[in-house]
Amino acid sequence: MNFELSDDQKLVREQARAFLDEHCPPSVVRCILEGEEPYDRELWRGIASLGWLGTTIPVSYGGLGLSHYELCVMAEELGRATAPVPFSSSVYFAAEALLLAGSEEQKQEWLPQLAIGEAIGTLAVAEGPGRPVPSQLKTRVSSGVMSGEKYPVPDGDVADFVVVVAQDAALGKPSMFLVRGEHLNRRTIETVDRTRSHAWIEANDAPVECMGVAGQGWELLENLMNRAAVLFAWEQVGGSDAALEQARQYSLERYAFGRPIGSFQAIKHKLAHAYVNNTLARSNCYYGIWALANDAPELPLAAATARVSASQAYYYSSKENIQTHGGMGFTWEFDCQFHYRRAKLLSLAVGSETWWQERLVTAYEQANAA
Amino acid sequence: MDFSDSPEEARFRAEARAWLEKHVPSERELAGMDEVERCKYWQKRKYDAGWACIRWPKEYGGRDSSAMQQVIWNQEESRLSPPTGVLSIGQGMAAPTLMQWANEEVKRKHLPPLASGEHIWCQLFSEPASGSDLAALRMRAEREGDDWILNGQKIWTSGAHYSDYGIVVVRSDPTVPKHQGLTYFFVDMKSAGIETRPIKQISGDSNFNEVYFNDVRVPDRQRLGAVGQGWQVSMTTLMHERLAIGGGGGLNTRHLFRLAEQTEIDGRPAIEDRAVRARLAHWYCREMGLKYTGYRAMTALSRGEIPGPENSISKLVGAVQSQDMASFAMDLLEFCGAVMQRDLAAGEGQLGYAFLGSPGIRIAGGSDEIMLNILAERVLGMPQDPRVDKGIPFHEIATGSKN
Repeated sequence: MNFELSDDQKLVREQARAFLDEHCPPSVVRCILEGEEPYDRELWRGIASLGWLGTTIPVSYGGLGLSHYELCVMAEELGRATAPVPFSSSVYFAAEALLLAGSEEQKQEWLPQLAIGEAIGTLAVAEGPGRPVPSQLKTRVSSGVMSGEKYPVPDGDVADFVVVVAQDAALGKPSMFLVRGEHLNRRTIETVDRTRSHAWIEANDAPVECMGVAGQGWELLENLMNRAAVLFAWEQVGGSDAALEQARQYSLERYAFGRPIGSFQAIKHKLAHAYVNNTLARSNCYYGIWALANDAPELPLAAATARVSASQAYYYSSKENIQTHGGMGFTWEFDCQFHYRRAKLLSLAVGSETWWQERLVTAYEQANAA
Repeated sequence: MDFSDSPEEARFRAEARAWLEKHVPSERELAGMDEVERCKYWQKRKYDAGWACIRWPKEYGGRDSSAMQQVIWNQEESRLSPPTGVLSIGQGMAAPTLMQWANEEVKRKHLPPLASGEHIWCQLFSEPASGSDLAALRMRAEREGDDWILNGQKIWTSGAHYSDYGIVVVRSDPTVPKHQGLTYFFVDMKSAGIETRPIKQISGDSNFNEVYFNDVRVPDRQRLGAVGQGWQVSMTTLMHERLAIGGGGGLNTRHLFRLAEQTEIDGRPAIEDRAVRARLAHWYCREMGLKYTGYRAMTALSRGEIPGPENSISKLVGAVQSQDMASFAMDLLEFCGAVMQRDLAAGEGQLGYAFLGSPGIRIAGGSDEIMLNILAERVLGMPQDPRVDKGIPFHEIATGSKN
C-alpha cells in the first residue's frame, strides 16, 4: 500500500506554497477584486516562468512532461491562495482537451504556447441557466462555421482560443470544436467572484476546427469534466484548509466574555466539523488523483466522489469562516469574502454539487453493472 | 501511488491467508458453544500456532510483527469472520496499558493468558456520575496495609459478567483537584464484593453491565502507575479504545444501494428517484472518505511512521452516518419500515436493529461531542473550555441531582 504523494511531489507543493506566499498575498487578490484587470499579469508571468502551466504537457510540446500528481499539489496551493489567474481554464480545460482530443496540428500550435503562458485557452459549455443537455445545445456548427452564445465562460474575455461543445448540424449530435478568440464577440461579465474573470461570448458564423471524432463531443466533454473535476477538487481542498486556518487563527485572537472565542464549544465543534469534512475530501482527492494519473476505469466514480466532498467541504468552511469572524467577517474590508466567493465559484465551475451527485450514482451503477 | 503490497507484505499476506483458510473453524466445529467459548476456542488455536496478538513481543505471547503486518492480518482474518469480539477489550485496551505501565513480573504473568484467550478482561471506567467528565469519578480506594479497599459503582462495562480481570480507575484522594486524586488498578473480577448486573439497552440487547464494588480488597502490587497517576494511565487506555472502536456498525452504503434498487417509489425502483440518489451520493462520499483516510494511515504504518490524527474521525463520522442511513432505509420501505417481525421484515429486521443500536455507538468510547472537543483541542490546537472545577479539591466541586 502506497497511498501517499512522493517526497518529490511534496517538495513541489512546498515550493509552490513558498512562491505563492510571496507573490500572491491577499493584497494581490484584492487588487483584482477591486480593479479592472481580468487577472494578475505579473503573477501569471511568474507561474509561467516556473513551468507550472506546462506541468503535464509532454516535453515534445514544450512542457515539463510531469504527471498529474505534480499538477494536483499546484492546484491545491493555487486554491489556498485564491490565486487570481486563468490557471484552471488554460491547464485543466484547454491543455487537457488538446491532449485528449486535439489533432497533431492543434497540439503543435497551441500546447507550446499554453505551456509558457503565451496563450490562454478555456472551455465553453453553459448557454445560460440550467444544466446543459446534449440534445438541447443551441450553439450550432454548420459547414465549418459556428453560431450561438455561451455564458458564463471562465476567462472567455482573455482566451486566445475556446474549446466549445456545439451541435454538429451535419450529424445531429454534439461535436467538440476549437474557435479562436478573434472570431468571437465577447464581453466581460460580473460573477460571484470578481477575482476570476468570466465572459459572455457569441459566435456569428465563426470559423471553427473540429476536435476529436465528430459526433463524440459530449463523450469527450464528460471525460474532460471528470479529469478537470479532480483538479478542481484539489483547488477546493486547498481553499477549504486555508479557510479553516483563517477561522481558527481568528478564534484564538478574538476575545469575548473574557476568553478567546476559540475556547467555546460552539466554535470548536464548528471548526472540528470543518476539519472532518476537509480530511474526508482530501482522502477522496487522493483517490481521484490516483485514478486520473493512471487513467483508471474508476475515474468517473473517483472524480465525482472527490468533487462532491470537496464542494461540500469548501462551502462549509468558507461560510463558517465568516460566521466565526462575526460582524467583521461580512465586511468588504476583511478577506473572508475571498474564500466564500471562490468556494461558490469553484463549486459551479465544472458543474454543481447536485449534478455531480447524480453523476456519482450513475458511475456507481455502471461500475457495479460491469 | 499504488494499492498493492510490497513484495514483503505480499509474502506475509499469502502466509497469513494460507494459515487462516486452513484453520478458521467451521460453523459445525463451533456448534454448541456460546460466544465466549467460540472466541476462546479460536484464540487458543491461533496462540498455539504463534498467530495470536502478532504485534506483541514474543515473550508475552505475540509474534514480534510490524504494525503493517498487524493490519494485513486483521484484513485477512476479518475476511473469514471468525469469532473474536469478547477478547478485544483485554487485548486492545488492557494489554497496551499493561505494556506501558506494569512491571516485568506482571507483564509476564498476565499478558500470555490474554494472548491465548485464557483470560478475558473488561474495562471499569465510567460511573453513573461521570461519563464524558471521566475524571469526576467517585469510586473510592482507601489504603489498608498492603491492600486497597474499593467501594462504589461502575457502569457501561462490556463483558463484566464473563471477565476474569478488569482495569479500574478510582479516587484515592478526594482532597486534591480531580485529575490528581486518581489511581489505576487491575482487579480479579472473582474477588469477593464484586457484583455485576446487566443493563438492557433500547435494542433489547444487554452488552453492558453495572458493576458494584463493596469492600473489594485489591493488593497494592496490582496498581499501575503511581498513586495519584491514574489519569495519565487512563489516557493510555483511552487512546487505544478510540482506535479499537471502528466506524460503528452494520449498515453501509452498499446495503443502501441494494435496498434502493429493490424498493419501489411510485412503481419505479427507488434508485431512480433524484432525492434518493442525492442522499446515496452524499453518504457514499463520506464512507469513501473514511476508507481512503484509512489507506493513508496504512501507508504511514507501512513506512514505519505513526498515522496522523485523521484516524480519530472514523467513529465520529461512521456512527451518526450509520444512524441516519438506518433511518433513511426505513423510510424507503414506507409503512413497513417500522416492522421488525423477523418473518415479515426486510433483512429480518436488521434495519430496525441498526436504528435502535446506533445511538449507543455515538456515545461509546467518547461521545460525538467529546470527539469534536478532542479534534479541536489536539488537532487544531484550540483552547480548552475554562473549567469551573479547575484546581478545586474534588470533594468541594458542585454536583447536580442527575447522578
